[in-house]
Amino acid sequence: MKNWISPFELKRRGILGMNRRNVSYISRYNNRRQFPLVDNKLKTKLVAEEAGLAVPKLIDIVATQHEVESVEQNLKDLDSFVAKPAQGSGGKGILVVVGQEDGLYRKASGDLITLAAVKRHLTNTLSGLHSLGGRNDVAFLETLVRVDPVFSSFSHEGVPDIRLIVFQGIPVMGMLRLATRASDGKANLHQGAIGVGLDIATGRGIQAVLHNKLVTHHPDTGADLSTLTVPNWPSLLRLAAECYEVTELGYLGCDIVIDRDRGPLILELNARPGLSIQLANNSGLLPRLQRVEATKTKKMRIADRLQFAMENFKHDDTWETLPAF
Amino acid sequence: MNKIGPFLALVVALVVIGLGAAQFRHTTYNIPWLPGSETEIWQVEARIEFDARGSAAQVYLTLPPDQQGFAMVSEATASSGWGFAIEGDQIQRRAHWTQRAPQGRQVLFYKLDLAVSDADTWELPPPAPTGTIIWDEPYQTAVSHVLDNILPITADPHTMALQLIQTLNRQPPDQNVSLLTSAYTGADLMQRVLQTAGLSARAVQVLELEDGRRRQALADYLQVWDGQQWRLYDPAVGEVTKSTELLLWQTGTPGVLEVLGGTNSRVSFSMISQSRSSLLLAQEQADDFALSLYNLPIAEQSMFKLIMLLPVGAFVVVLLRVLVGIRTSGTFMPVLIALAFLQTELIPGLTSFIIVVGIGLSIRSYLSTLNLLLVARIATLVVLVIGIISLFSIVSYRLGLIQGLTITFFPMIILAWTIERMSITWEEEGPKEVLLQGGGSLFVAVLAFLLMDMAVIEHLAFNFPELHLALLGLILLAGRYTGYRLLELKRFSAFNS
Repeated sequence: MKNWISPFELKRRGILGMNRRNVSYISRYNNRRQFPLVDNKLKTKLVAEEAGLAVPKLIDIVATQHEVESVEQNLKDLDSFVAKPAQGSGGKGILVVVGQEDGLYRKASGDLITLAAVKRHLTNTLSGLHSLGGRNDVAFLETLVRVDPVFSSFSHEGVPDIRLIVFQGIPVMGMLRLATRASDGKANLHQGAIGVGLDIATGRGIQAVLHNKLVTHHPDTGADLSTLTVPNWPSLLRLAAECYEVTELGYLGCDIVIDRDRGPLILELNARPGLSIQLANNSGLLPRLQRVEATKTKKMRIADRLQFAMENFKHDDTWETLPAF
Repeated sequence: MNKIGPFLALVVALVVIGLGAAQFRHTTYNIPWLPGSETEIWQVEARIEFDARGSAAQVYLTLPPDQQGFAMVSEATASSGWGFAIEGDQIQRRAHWTQRAPQGRQVLFYKLDLAVSDADTWELPPPAPTGTIIWDEPYQTAVSHVLDNILPITADPHTMALQLIQTLNRQPPDQNVSLLTSAYTGADLMQRVLQTAGLSARAVQVLELEDGRRRQALADYLQVWDGQQWRLYDPAVGEVTKSTELLLWQTGTPGVLEVLGGTNSRVSFSMISQSRSSLLLAQEQADDFALSLYNLPIAEQSMFKLIMLLPVGAFVVVLLRVLVGIRTSGTFMPVLIALAFLQTELIPGLTSFIIVVGIGLSIRSYLSTLNLLLVARIATLVVLVIGIISLFSIVSYRLGLIQGLTITFFPMIILAWTIERMSITWEEEGPKEVLLQGGGSLFVAVLAFLLMDMAVIEHLAFNFPELHLALLGLILLAGRYTGYRLLELKRFSAFNS
């Protein structure tokens, strides 16, 4: 049967399932106490900034309705900004403004919205519309990340982001997520974004999947995905590995973007990173996680950890040319 | 916590203790494994409440007479600080509570166990002679007219009673009937009319037995002596033949409850049907085993009948989420919906659930344009849900669909939250995800319902509560399951090569 796979085959390929991820990795390696730090993007940002990690610059925090009313004071001089809920999930409630024209704000999609609409968005954010469980939330404004020219032809809209699974401080698997028109600027694979598996050693693309099927070209821009290499890879890898020290989370998902001017920036962290990264890489997480578990990684310095990752998780072939599915 | 040994030992211990205790109770107390092989027992509990005035108080409660269809197993009273005695003869017994100076709100219980039996045929007492019934004008004339219409077309007391019931219930009522019903009520009126015609008739009070009902009142029925026996009539319908669901409680004229030295008195009845073997009944009468749900007041027992089913529903949710990977909107929402289905039955429940949530979602989509704060939005939805449910009940009652009325069993706050959550999912992840999660929830709810609705499960859950320990063991085990979920075999099917 083409649409189903036997559990033994999955096991043989070392695919990590949801239950195993929850029991053997998240609940074993991630201290519950640290969850609020990553579930709250504002906290993550502040802590990361304090530790000297690169993040998009914080412009303003909007915590009360009163601050919403006077927000235009802070928006006045800004050309572009991004408004986010501190506890949003799955990319919900993110408002990207790329420019101002005659008192109107231009969204990333090209639509113009009024100041009132921006305020309404912030009010909704405060009331918890975009947040997990509908709890009251805080909104914050940060600088807009400018797409690195390397990626400009690869993304339909928005900035491509790189998801790295960092286990015990060692990056074990990575993927680049490209928004498509169908995914409406969102970077989740199940919403129709493209996932490009990345070679941990070099940052080169391995293969690309869209809706679980191999693709070679971006459906909207037509760019050839096989030529894709993430620039600044070593510093990006280091940035991800450093998140381990900051969060103390053993099993961590790091979402990193590359800014045209500032290089890799941490966008957000995730204590329960998803499993689709395995599809993008056409390989399972389990063997890699077990390799790390079998090694004494506790006392490794960061340079050693990166070395370990590059040696152990490098991809042999370059672009996967075979129709693997 | 990573050691698998102690964990497995705990699971095994739970399962063994659960099964062992159940087996022990089965052999020792003869609680049968399966429902059906038992005597049906009605436990009826009368709850008397009143405000004492601080002076000497006496409470009289009329007790049901011996009657066909039921055999009394035991009776008891729970009323600390009160003197208690049972007075009267076999025809009309009365419970009598006394206390010197009670203060404040008083609650007295009288508990009666009746076995359903068709063996005993009680010799019912012949009717007492009735005095002449005196009617004031213009009722006298009205009664004569009514009787003049009935008498020529009836042959005996039975047909006469039937005709009278028909006449009094006819729509639209005739002028004489309207006059009479404006001054007298149902059973009482019929009793007087029939007595006027020289028959022996009496208004009686009857308890309608229905499993798990709480806070019920007695219903007024009519009894007519046909020469050999008393026959029972429902004043709104006609003769009642199947009497195993009706318990004759009071046949005399004084009220069921009489309170001297108190105010605001009322009596209400709770009842529950239990399946117990007759041997167990003997056991229980010999020595009360303290750790049993049977010892709770009946109102609480019927609560526990439902509560004890919850773990079964929770287990279904665990299995379907952990082993299959079905997404639901709200983790245990499906169990609560399944619980509601138990009251409404499946098809009416499903239909009304979908209708309410559907209407709710369409109204909610308008609400989202109003830009309300979360709490206000949920509160608005609660009000709307109640509105929809009321409207639904009224419309379905008008259409003659009695089942539509059971919609009130749905937990309204849960419905409101479900609508809210689905609406947010709709806005953020599209209608497909709503269908997926909604469908998933309903699938889990239906499966949980089918399981909880099985007579065997209900029987085991209530009569062998210790089996829940075994269930707990299984739930713990599922909590440590690290294998793949069924739906992951589809999700990762791309790895097939």
